[in-house]
Amino acid sequence: MFSNPDLLHFIFGRLSLDSLPFHEPILVVTFAAVVLGGIAVLGGITYFRLWGYLWNEWITSIDHKKIGIMYIILALVMLLRGFSDALMMRAQQAMAFGGSEGFLPPDHYDQIFTAHGVIMIFFVAMPLVTGLMNFVVPLQIGARDVAFPFLNNFSFWMTTSGAVLIMVSLFVGEFAKTGWLAYPPLSDIVYSPGVGVDYYIWALQIAGVGTLLSGVNLVVTIVKMRAPGMSMMKMPVFTWTALCTNVLIVAAFPVLTAVLVLLGLDRYADTNFFTNDLGGNAMMYINLIWIWGHPEVYILILPAFGVFSEVVSTFSRKRLFGYSSMVYATVVITILSYIVWLHHFFTMGSGASVNAFFGIATMIISIPTGAKIFNWMFTMYKGRISFDVPMLWTIGFMLTFVIGGMTGVMLAVPPADFVLHNSLFLIAHFHNVIIGGVVFGMFAGIVYWFPKAFGFKLDPFWGKMSFWLWLVGFYFAFMPLYVLGLMGITRRMSQFDDPSLQIWFVIAAFGALLIAGGIGSFILSIVVAVIKRDKLRDETGDPWGDGRTLEWSTSSPPPAYNFAFTPVVHDLDAWADMKKRGYVRPTEGFLDIHMPKNTGAGFILAALSLVLGFALVWHIWWLVIASFIALVVGAIAHTFNYDRDYHIPASEVVETEDERTALLAKQQA
Amino acid sequence: MSAHSHAHDDHHGDGGAGHGTFNSYMIGFILSVILTAIPFWLVMDGVLDSKIATALWIMGLGVVQIIVHMVYFLHMNTKSEGGWNMLALIFTLVIVAIAIAGSMWVMYHLNTNMMPDMDHDMIKSFG
Repeated sequence: MFSNPDLLHFIFGRLSLDSLPFHEPILVVTFAAVVLGGIAVLGGITYFRLWGYLWNEWITSIDHKKIGIMYIILALVMLLRGFSDALMMRAQQAMAFGGSEGFLPPDHYDQIFTAHGVIMIFFVAMPLVTGLMNFVVPLQIGARDVAFPFLNNFSFWMTTSGAVLIMVSLFVGEFAKTGWLAYPPLSDIVYSPGVGVDYYIWALQIAGVGTLLSGVNLVVTIVKMRAPGMSMMKMPVFTWTALCTNVLIVAAFPVLTAVLVLLGLDRYADTNFFTNDLGGNAMMYINLIWIWGHPEVYILILPAFGVFSEVVSTFSRKRLFGYSSMVYATVVITILSYIVWLHHFFTMGSGASVNAFFGIATMIISIPTGAKIFNWMFTMYKGRISFDVPMLWTIGFMLTFVIGGMTGVMLAVPPADFVLHNSLFLIAHFHNVIIGGVVFGMFAGIVYWFPKAFGFKLDPFWGKMSFWLWLVGFYFAFMPLYVLGLMGITRRMSQFDDPSLQIWFVIAAFGALLIAGGIGSFILSIVVAVIKRDKLRDETGDPWGDGRTLEWSTSSPPPAYNFAFTPVVHDLDAWADMKKRGYVRPTEGFLDIHMPKNTGAGFILAALSLVLGFALVWHIWWLVIASFIALVVGAIAHTFNYDRDYHIPASEVVETEDERTALLAKQQA
Repeated sequence: MSAHSHAHDDHHGDGGAGHGTFNSYMIGFILSVILTAIPFWLVMDGVLDSKIATALWIMGLGVVQIIVHMVYFLHMNTKSEGGWNMLALIFTLVIVAIAIAGSMWVMYHLNTNMMPDMDHDMIKSFG
């Protein structure tokens, strides 16, 4: 069998035993740990006979709440992977001084910083944002599900397939060594002949399908499925930011798809879009990818702004200050985010007039953002603020994000950018806004809506530990990078000569350890909450006592159908308004409820896409053809599945609602 | 106003785009055929001397073709879907215009500043 290399090549493409990284002890140990952990988990599932439950209740579920929760679980798992990359980089840079090469060979180090960036943006921040929007938006607008429930399930599994493909690259072959945006000519076939960039391309293409479809889905949901009476200017701020984010997704992600297709053609079909010869132009890639890349930044931060708006008004027990200015600021940011992309490559040589335009546009975008900060502060002013964990994250955000915003304006000045470009100052800046903005926002959102999703609050002690460790850890980890960046230290270095710099990297590594404690505490806050769930239980559906929007009007966790009757909205902050007007919950007259049915099609199609992606990476052409045909046939076959809906009988609704009535009565007594 | 009312119903009639008539479909069809025939004629008979002018004409006719399709086949007008179609269209046009005009502006400067020789070659080979 081994005597016939042609046959082997036909069957396995580029894949061979040499592709497995046995020469990297770190990877071998990790792989062993993953295999053992995996066997333990799978064994546990089998032992407790959970396969049927997982398949019926979660994997095939088209319930937006469960899909939202699965997105967040995906994000937290990938956070552990992305953060271990970060810890390795911090450790490497703290020790690789004065001739020491540290513990990571440069080749491996390059893969780590690429994987860290790709995973944190595409498979941590994006699923967190999408997951929160999925869970919260239909509840906030009084809908029973999203507009296209099957598509939602399919989107989730496509995102997961992309994540799995990246994880596979850890143990089979290699990942890109190009940095998280894979700039050519480095990412061209000439300079990156391995499979790393191919993993990058196909993981992002597969996940990108999911992101784009979920963007379409949520835009339609928000535009078409709001409860009667909820005009655009009565929508909760989080829903507004979700709308703008999804509009950005729909407009921006096709650009990423197109530019990765062109890069893929360069690598697979010998075209010359971005090569050095034959009329190719690598600068075009950088231009195009940032036309997607800059809106992407706002795709991540806008929903975080939405979370902070909800949290600030709930925990200040006040209506949000300046609702309409908040909405206009969000819309203005949405538009402006499209005319600032060049600030990512001021130094590429476009000259004074172009740089001046994009520099000024960038500075202008800080105005609506600043307006939001003032709105939150005025909301807190004279409010009865309670410092629950979500509020702590919000205050931490406001302090930290302002610093990140100011260093951002510094970078927006083209002459300053020529000094700071590609330095650790830049790294400090974007971690400052992404951790201080997006990550804090998503944690605030998770803590805030967790009781809605599961019926009990997260443990406040470990939640506070998590917040303080993250906050202090962030400053320890990234303030030294500002200093180093101002001294001219560039990013993506695996070794340093000047021993006087070492102390700053040691401080940064200490900060990373504190953040590790923050992540650990967050996980503990979930574990402890599950153990103490009876103490932390929310039986009212309005656990913070002063919920203002519709999601707090239903039970925690909400029934599959969310609302037995579609609520009617008269005012902004619908639930606060209903409480004020003495709303009485209807207890009879329930009808059958028409709901979409679970389907395994999304999971199967996404699994086929994963196989297709893997086959494309390794040039296993027979498998490419087979899985592609299976994918198309599967998608067409699914369109003939007319058995897509069912009715929840009125009797079952009555039962669920009576249980809640009894529970509420017990509260009153 | 819940999930199910949008899942299976015929979408027309709830404020969505209306149906076309036989006449409107025929007008759209004939216009599309004409708009497709002209570019073929321009290229096959070499009507215009300049290749760039030909390319620009073809692109212009392509844009007209898009509008014909939207009006006659997709039944879009300023009022369909409560104005959302028009809003989405305007937004799309703004974004596309920013991306294309911005890219051309940026790439022109980059090519002139960073690749003066190459730019020259490309223009020669294109013209």
